[in-house]
Amino acid sequence: MEIPRHWRLKKQRYGLVGEVCPHCEVKIFPPRDICPACGKEAKTAFTFSGNGEVFSFTTVYEAPSGFNETTPYTVALVKLDEGPLVTAQLTDLGETSPEIGMPVEMVTRRLRSDGDERGMLIYGYKFRPVLQAAG
Amino acid sequence: MTDIIIAGIGQTPVGEHWDISLRSLALQAIQAAIQDSGGLKPQALYVGNMLSAAISRQGHLGALLADYAGLTGIEAESVEVGGASGGAALRLGFMAIASGMVDVALVVGVEKFTDVIGPDLEAALATQTDADFEAIHGLTLSAQAALLARRYIFENQVPIDGLAGFAMTAHFNGAGNANAMYRKVIALEAYQKAEQVSDPLNIYDIAPNADGAAALVLIRRELLPQGLPHPMVRVAASAVASDTLTLAERSDLLSFSAVQSSTDAALQKADLTREQIDLFEYYDAFSIFAALSLEAAGYAKRGMGWKFANEGSISLTGQIPCATMGGLKARGNPGGATGVYQAVEASLQLRGQAGKNQISGAQHALIQCLGGPASVSITHVLKTMA
Repeated sequence: MEIPRHWRLKKQRYGLVGEVCPHCEVKIFPPRDICPACGKEAKTAFTFSGNGEVFSFTTVYEAPSGFNETTPYTVALVKLDEGPLVTAQLTDLGETSPEIGMPVEMVTRRLRSDGDERGMLIYGYKFRPVLQAAG
Repeated sequence: MTDIIIAGIGQTPVGEHWDISLRSLALQAIQAAIQDSGGLKPQALYVGNMLSAAISRQGHLGALLADYAGLTGIEAESVEVGGASGGAALRLGFMAIASGMVDVALVVGVEKFTDVIGPDLEAALATQTDADFEAIHGLTLSAQAALLARRYIFENQVPIDGLAGFAMTAHFNGAGNANAMYRKVIALEAYQKAEQVSDPLNIYDIAPNADGAAALVLIRRELLPQGLPHPMVRVAASAVASDTLTLAERSDLLSFSAVQSSTDAALQKADLTREQIDLFEYYDAFSIFAALSLEAAGYAKRGMGWKFANEGSISLTGQIPCATMGGLKARGNPGGATGVYQAVEASLQLRGQAGKNQISGAQHALIQCLGGPASVSITHVLKTMA
């Protein structure tokens, strides 16, 4: 079981908290302390809105252990409105086929269990198609 | 700087070697290479391996294999750079001799993927991705490549079977390599009907993970013994570049910038243009990696790598023969051993010993292996010794 590692990542997993570079204003996810754009120190927290669109996606049929109860599942690169790409599963697709450009929003879902069936449940971000009003 | 010569080469067939252990597999390749070198005695052993700790619960391969090969006491280290571990081991041997610190170096790449199967193997492979921001979402190495492929197809209007040229070329060449895992030519129809693994990639877009070991004996030119029966090959250049580990953090998703940097640097150090290269052993773990490598290495225009392959430009008689002994797709992908297989195969070409697959008059070979989706690119240029 890897409790400390997952505990350290709570803000990212539940709140999509990254950083904004105070020098060049680039938004950064995940947080990394050195701005990838300008190379200067970037430690100012920034909370992303959770809105974005599908940049690419694929369906996984042969999953790693810990994920094979939920195959097939769809993994995507989501382009957040604020700029960065993030890797995440798509969820709540229903009968809809994912498409590049599809607007999505962040939700919190179970990612997997840590270890066997008695292990801690690990939650985090997934993205679902933005809900449209009916009619 | 002295010339670094490949005095001996050895390889096992690539396949599912249920009955051969990791140490025995490595020993077969080591003994073959030492014998091929006329019995040279190495002072140092450099091992390339990706996942022995996760798969076989075995780390510390330097000490294990030096001792098992009867070389107890010599310098012994193992290096891990994902799929480029074999290229990294070659680089360590090259640098050791170039620096003057070692005279004879033994380089061995070995991988035993089949010690675990199915989901446990996928989980071990996923340690090559970002654990906190990729693997935790169920991303596999195939899914990672599929994300690239789907975006590539979208941006370049690639037809549904557009990536077929890579598998077809690889299998055609694999048929002429006795050590290859797959030795049957495949037709376009087979590619078109193939089962999806991680859409849009099908089983022919993904090189098979399998077991294998390959080895080289490197020596400085001044110490090369007289009377070895085969032509000598030298390592003319070695260059490494890196990029983000995480695919999502790339500044330009469809550009393998580490391939571009390391290829440019290696060609410059070897004093060659890319047109003077006679064969390119690229890292075709996935068809999309081959397409992007051709583009980044400057052989195909951006977005046109798929077409370059379909037009026959990478065949044995094409503009730049690639995967000349089957590549990762048909010879197989033995993980950390792959980079050393590439050096062995390129050496066979430059020695004139490639049989049916011989590129006539081959003098300059470009070999390249990648860790992850070109998160690290390790490139070497081999030349016939003048």
